[in-house]
Amino acid sequence: MVEVTLWGALAAAAEGNSKVEVEAKNIRELFKKLSERFPGLTPLMDRGIAVAIDGTIYRDTWSKELPAGAEIYLLPRLAGG
Amino acid sequence: MTFDPSHAARSFSSVGTRPIRPDGVDKVTGRARYGADFNMPGQLIGRILRSPHAHAVIRKIDTSKAEQFPGVKAVVTAADLPDLTDGDTSMYDILDNCMARNKALYDGHAVAAVAAIDARTAKQALKLIDVEYELLPHVTDVDQAFAADAPLINETIFTTGVDPKPDRASNVSMRSQFGHGDVDAGMAEADFVVARTFKTEQTHQGYIEPHACVANVSSDGTADLWVCTQGHFVYRQHCAQLLGLEASRLRVTSSEIGGGFGGKTHVWAEPVALALSRKAGRPVKLVMTRDEVFRATGPTSATSIDVKIGAMKDGTIIAADATLRYSCGPYAGSWAEVGAMTAFACYKLENVRTVGYEVLVNRPKTAAYRAPSAPMAAFAVESAIDELAKKVGMDAVDFRIKNAAQEGTKASYGPVYGPIGIGPTLEAVKNHPHMKASLGKNQGRGMACGFWFNFGGQTCTDLNIGMDGTVSLAVGTVDVGGSRASLSLVAAEELGIDYAQVRAVIADTSSLGYNDMTDGSRGTFSSSMATISAARNAIKILRARAAQMWDIPVEDVTWEKGHAVAKGETHGNLPNLSLKEIAAASGTTGGPIAGHSEIVADGAGVSFATHICDIEVDPETGATKVLRYTVVQDAGKAVHPTYVEGQYQGGAAQGIGWALNEEYIYGKDGRLQNAGFLDYRIPVCSDLPMIDTQILEIPNPNHPYGVRGVGETSIVPPLAAVANAVSNAVGVRMQHIPMSPPRILAALEA
Repeated sequence: MVEVTLWGALAAAAEGNSKVEVEAKNIRELFKKLSERFPGLTPLMDRGIAVAIDGTIYRDTWSKELPAGAEIYLLPRLAGG
Repeated sequence: MTFDPSHAARSFSSVGTRPIRPDGVDKVTGRARYGADFNMPGQLIGRILRSPHAHAVIRKIDTSKAEQFPGVKAVVTAADLPDLTDGDTSMYDILDNCMARNKALYDGHAVAAVAAIDARTAKQALKLIDVEYELLPHVTDVDQAFAADAPLINETIFTTGVDPKPDRASNVSMRSQFGHGDVDAGMAEADFVVARTFKTEQTHQGYIEPHACVANVSSDGTADLWVCTQGHFVYRQHCAQLLGLEASRLRVTSSEIGGGFGGKTHVWAEPVALALSRKAGRPVKLVMTRDEVFRATGPTSATSIDVKIGAMKDGTIIAADATLRYSCGPYAGSWAEVGAMTAFACYKLENVRTVGYEVLVNRPKTAAYRAPSAPMAAFAVESAIDELAKKVGMDAVDFRIKNAAQEGTKASYGPVYGPIGIGPTLEAVKNHPHMKASLGKNQGRGMACGFWFNFGGQTCTDLNIGMDGTVSLAVGTVDVGGSRASLSLVAAEELGIDYAQVRAVIADTSSLGYNDMTDGSRGTFSSSMATISAARNAIKILRARAAQMWDIPVEDVTWEKGHAVAKGETHGNLPNLSLKEIAAASGTTGGPIAGHSEIVADGAGVSFATHICDIEVDPETGATKVLRYTVVQDAGKAVHPTYVEGQYQGGAAQGIGWALNEEYIYGKDGRLQNAGFLDYRIPVCSDLPMIDTQILEIPNPNHPYGVRGVGETSIVPPLAAVANAVSNAVGVRMQHIPMSPPRILAALEA
């Protein structure tokens, strides 16, 4: 079980929850379970979400494991210039 | 691949040196081929008809006269680019931006295009296209568009990020919020509070080379596109989807690039050129004019930002709050979201809140521009920070040092920081001789900090070793700032050979696996990770070939300084084999030797910078001259320090132009008034001093050499650094960028 923090717009789509607990071993499973639990998140997930694990931002490594006790933060998937 | 701490003290052989750039001779002799330098036999010239109206329904387009005009081979409208986006709204917006479908949404929006035997014929034919418009009310100002009674640009836009969902459409496409703590309680405790509203005007990336491409769609269903771009793989995906082509049948080749800065991460005219070529059955060359570049591509957001920051008597910031409104053009964007994330990222804050609003306006679709959205937020926050330091009675640098984020700080946008460089850049600035130099009459000094995330992403690289021992490195990230030299250094470092033995090229989309575009300061970061991986794979093969040549187990062969070395008592007398010797024998030891790598280069380290600026204001004209400028930035590890310094200087130069002169000026009719470099003034050499740089190296723990991206952070602090300098010189807080002479005179007279 990991605790995940959602940023503002994502929390609004997750029935107002800014923190949720999810049983997930990696980023792929986390997205799947969040989407099942909060269907309102799906459009935002389709737009792109990054995951910060202990401060390091992952955008595409969905196989990345979520260590127990890690700080996990969902962020918008950003573009650069 | 994670950072090997031993590299912090490691003596690199190639990385960190400053060899001449491999593309230098071609560029100074004019041989380098940019987008407009490519031509094909039988090519036609494409031109685009653009809306002169800011907001209008397209009632009817009659192309019959143009189609019959001698020399015209094809005319296309939105009907030739059917909607194949399958409900993907962001792709639909790209399609609609490339060619208006129902409404013209800004002055310059494409409505039709022609391919003809020459440019003159194409231009004449455009005049024969009859477009019937029904004009609609327009809005181009971000604050006016935010108002509840503003003309509605898109009736399908309902603000997301709010609960419950609004019951009526508006120009606000999204609300985002970040932060932690109790801002209101913190603000109530504060001994000093600064609250101000700041505005920044819309700017263009200002690349010298306009958008250019040659498209060739063959009757067998294959297609080629030669194009000036920051990301040819992304262009392939977008164009293939919009044209209904299979990606593998569209080969995209990137040209040399005369500047992009984010503006060449989006397709604009390329799908139109392909549609013209498909219809005409001939190659079509399409080169934008400067007027088109300004009216239809680029620009960054215009912004309006409220900032409120409270501090205690000892200088501790107790609460920070910002509301940011960013224009996104006539389509939904996510620009304010980024501004809201970066605004307070430099600081350690117990109570912080940022709220961003995306605001639709009748201006061109906003595009990324070097650390997109961060400079405007930094301008507002760093201006308020400077003012707050004065109120508290502290030096501007000391105040920032006291409140700077550090390893373990919870960032204002959420996660906890790893090792970061904001503190060291501030300490370096505090001790820099620039800060101690004296100032004269009408002169002022300002400093400011900046932050950018940096990204990695999908990356694929091939490293081929020739039979003569030279190395060809094929990468898929477009070289916009010298990455071919940097990646050659990395390959040389790993293989243990000389830099001159390596030649890096940018491979086309049919020659290499997918690569994300060169944005987010990812070019050298991600492709160096892939190059290291490819080189290490090649070394495995080199060791195996040496083992064959010696007839010993591969486990007994190591790779040291460009040579295979036989280990163990029984092999110790074998002379080392050089890479060149192993390569020469490759034909009889198993064939070609190559290393390949495909990775997702996640783990880019965040980046911080602090800038110092001295200016002089002429109180009679309001003109500002930059006298001295210093950039201090963390690079993680500078692979090619000259290029790193160039990135620092380039970002500062662009930021100075943004701060002092650059802005889109719209008339009441919603039309752009200054679509050219004569009236939209970017800095030239005579406007700028030599920009001094200082590279700090705080290793990124997620890169094998500790590299961080360096291309974008340097544009984040200049708006605020220059504004603080001007404010200190004139004694008035400047709140509106650019600080052009009329605005400075108005501030002086207020």
